[in-house]
Amino acid sequence: MKLRMKTWLKIVAVVLLVYVHTAGLLMDVPRLNILNETVRALYFHVPMWFGMVLLYLMSLYYAIRYLRNPLHDDDVKSVSYAHVGTAFGILGMVTGMLWANYTWGSPWHGDPKQNGAAIALLVYLAYFVLRGSLDNEEQRARLSAVYNIFAFAAMVPLIFIIPRLTSSVHPGSGGNPGFNAYDLDSRMRLVFYPAVIGWFLIGLWIVSLRVRIKKLEEKILEIE
Amino acid sequence: MKNWKLNSVALLLFLLGHGANAQQEVPMADGMRAEGKIYVIVAIVLIILTGLVVYLFTLDRKVKHLENRLK
Repeated sequence: MKLRMKTWLKIVAVVLLVYVHTAGLLMDVPRLNILNETVRALYFHVPMWFGMVLLYLMSLYYAIRYLRNPLHDDDVKSVSYAHVGTAFGILGMVTGMLWANYTWGSPWHGDPKQNGAAIALLVYLAYFVLRGSLDNEEQRARLSAVYNIFAFAAMVPLIFIIPRLTSSVHPGSGGNPGFNAYDLDSRMRLVFYPAVIGWFLIGLWIVSLRVRIKKLEEKILEIE
Repeated sequence: MKNWKLNSVALLLFLLGHGANAQQEVPMADGMRAEGKIYVIVAIVLIILTGLVVYLFTLDRKVKHLENRLK
């Protein structure tokens, strides 16, 4: 099983993030009312959510792989991806609340996007509760893999569909497409997409560390 | 397809015109940029980022070391 992340990928991640944190603060951004200079938060807040969704997608992939062929390693990978994805989601939530406080007027606006994201995170927290409550290793792996599919299937409408069906003040919601010219102009894309790739790679890196540490723990248990 | 292209050009022109009008009205942190103090923030953010990345690399090395010992 391939555990170690390639060094060049780590370096790509670091280079991208150094670029993002410099250009994100220095490059020109559209002058928009209400948002003003806080529009730059898009470079740092949104990649957390993109990272979370991508990591959850990887978690789902390994959950399905486990159900097709029950290999212990796939279960370890699945839970590691979900774990780091949740960390990204919590960071996205906290940064979103800070941003909302200055642009929407209060940290918790009760906006469908915020509520949906909060429920999605709770659904994933229940995944860890489920895992923690089962002692039998195979049972835990199988049940949590099934639940993982449910969690992903619940997250997609909660974050991407319901906010678009109802009225949401969050950009990319309330009937609008996610990336129209007004929300994200071409200048901002030059920083935004590298930010998404860079943070996703950092997420993969942390996942690989978690998987390796887990394998070490198991090896130590075998020796003892 | 043609319609789509025409529409996006029209939208772009509209937005450009719109942006030019709003240029003076919307307050931004221009003063901070003029003073050059924005570079202080860039430096602070980069120090934190570098610190975390170095930390991640050392963590990686520690795990590798343990893996070699347990082999």
